[in-house]
Amino acid sequence: MSKVMLEVRDLTTKYITRYKEDVYAVDHVSLKIEEGKTLGIAGESGCGKSTLALSLMGYYFPPLYYTSGEIIIDGQNITGMKPDDVRKSILGTEIAYIPQAAMNALNPTRKIIDFIGDVVRAHDPTWTKQMIYDHARSSFETLGLPAEVLQKYPVELSGGMKQRTVIAVAVILSPKVLIADEPSSALDVTSQKMVIKMLRDLMESGFIKAMIFITHELPLLYNVADEIMVMYAGQITERASAKQAVLDPLHPYSKGLMGSIIVPESGLRNVKLTAIPGVPPNLKNPPAGCRFAERCTYVRAECKVTSVPLYEAGYDRDYRCILPETELRRAYQHAE
Amino acid sequence: MLSEKNLCLSGSGVTKVFGFGRQRTVAVDHVDFAFHEGEIISIVGESGSGKTTLAKMLLGLISITEGDIYFQGQKRDISSGKKKKEYWKNTQAIFQDPFSAYNTFHKIDSVLLDCIRMRGGGKLPKAKKIELMEEACSFVNLKFAELTNKYPFELSGGQMQRLMIARIFLLKPKILMADEPTSMIDACSRATILDYLMKLRDDSGMTLIFITHDIGLAYYVSDTVYIMEHGRFVESGSADEVILHPKEPYTRRLISDVPKIHEEWDLSTV
Repeated sequence: MSKVMLEVRDLTTKYITRYKEDVYAVDHVSLKIEEGKTLGIAGESGCGKSTLALSLMGYYFPPLYYTSGEIIIDGQNITGMKPDDVRKSILGTEIAYIPQAAMNALNPTRKIIDFIGDVVRAHDPTWTKQMIYDHARSSFETLGLPAEVLQKYPVELSGGMKQRTVIAVAVILSPKVLIADEPSSALDVTSQKMVIKMLRDLMESGFIKAMIFITHELPLLYNVADEIMVMYAGQITERASAKQAVLDPLHPYSKGLMGSIIVPESGLRNVKLTAIPGVPPNLKNPPAGCRFAERCTYVRAECKVTSVPLYEAGYDRDYRCILPETELRRAYQHAE
Repeated sequence: MLSEKNLCLSGSGVTKVFGFGRQRTVAVDHVDFAFHEGEIISIVGESGSGKTTLAKMLLGLISITEGDIYFQGQKRDISSGKKKKEYWKNTQAIFQDPFSAYNTFHKIDSVLLDCIRMRGGGKLPKAKKIELMEEACSFVNLKFAELTNKYPFELSGGQMQRLMIARIFLLKPKILMADEPTSMIDACSRATILDYLMKLRDDSGMTLIFITHDIGLAYYVSDTVYIMEHGRFVESGSADEVILHPKEPYTRRLISDVPKIHEEWDLSTV
């Protein structure tokens, strides 16, 4: 077994609203990523994907608060660290994060080299301008980006180039784990492919050791990730290898998600897209039983009362459903 | 095959040039097209290929440098504001970003009332108007009672996009231009939105024009697909023909760039 780069045990974090209500957006999530692997996180908007990414870094600021659980990055336990220490010694060097739409948040009055300077100086103020430039230049060359980009302003770059630059800035200090939150959702297919190629190259050249990839585009996730975690209402509903999660989903919610896939392959036109009816529950007062019960086609009376733990199905797969695997499969066969 | 008589929107040599001198950019370059009534058309291309410029010209939002657009067989006339308004009764659009499509200061009621007024229902009794609004909301599975007296920003992205479709339901235009209608909402709500649009087409027989870069979506929804590159249509035909048996290298590249499930996604060809 290869080295575990990131391990999270039973992590729970909450938002406190203006009216002092607790919203548990990440609810007892455990995960483990080995060296050289990519973990994909899928789920609807508002299911807690991005909050999980924020929580994983141990970088909490209101209204997000830490409740319980442990985060271990490459053997180092960062639980309970102060946000300021996290920013100085963890972010950028141990774990890097590319937020959603980061490429639209670049300050238009500053050059790309200035962003890199900021990242480097936050960790070591002794770097001179020349050192930063030389380091940036050599990293950009390794990443296959032209060095001229360093002297340009964000507006001078195309969408795809901007996104790749943002990734390059994020990994400038070779972090161990990279969290990419929807890195390609605003790009067209060709730029998207370039971004994915770059992320894969980063992994192969050892710039980063492991990656978490967050998106709702399932065909993309299938091609990028080794393992897929499906989230629903702050909880993990299913965890399986990419192949199993997409081609052979077990949980009714995952099954519903996979019914919304659109790919240009023959036979697609005959398939009726299925949407999951209803909306996710309000996490201010989550349902007592299974959180998906309201929208589930295979719901039973007991689903609405007893909360459901994450079961292990053996063969490296977990799922959160009261029904045993054989019964679920029978139900699906029956539905077809 | 669709006959010549129910031609809805067509154009010949439509061109748009931005700037002049060294800045001269030809965004749309002499395109010809013929969209029929009740047809679902997709215009597919990369960012910067001129899709949105073409859509804006079709909607009459920007002027045409060269060429003609024909609406129901006759040359389109939008020379005055009054004629433009008349044209927009028949031509409506749904845009990419539902968040910026509404006037923040107008309540949902007035958004829908505007549509009723545009269809000449301004003098209807209040009860009848409410009934119409309720019908439109229930078409897209929204509850009018929950929306009334609310502002657009109080809704979620998916709800806003559905409300957009409710507007179209009230307006019943002949042509609906959908510019990337599902790219801002998540994949799970996408199926719902597409479902409503298809239902709308089946009910009212309008022409649906999708502007998209998602070739999978284009394949799924459309009867006819136009592939656009640098302002020109490089390939067009029925969806099966174009997507499953592409002739042009550009089309092939576009299709190979989309991540797939049952086929290998080749990353080395970037």
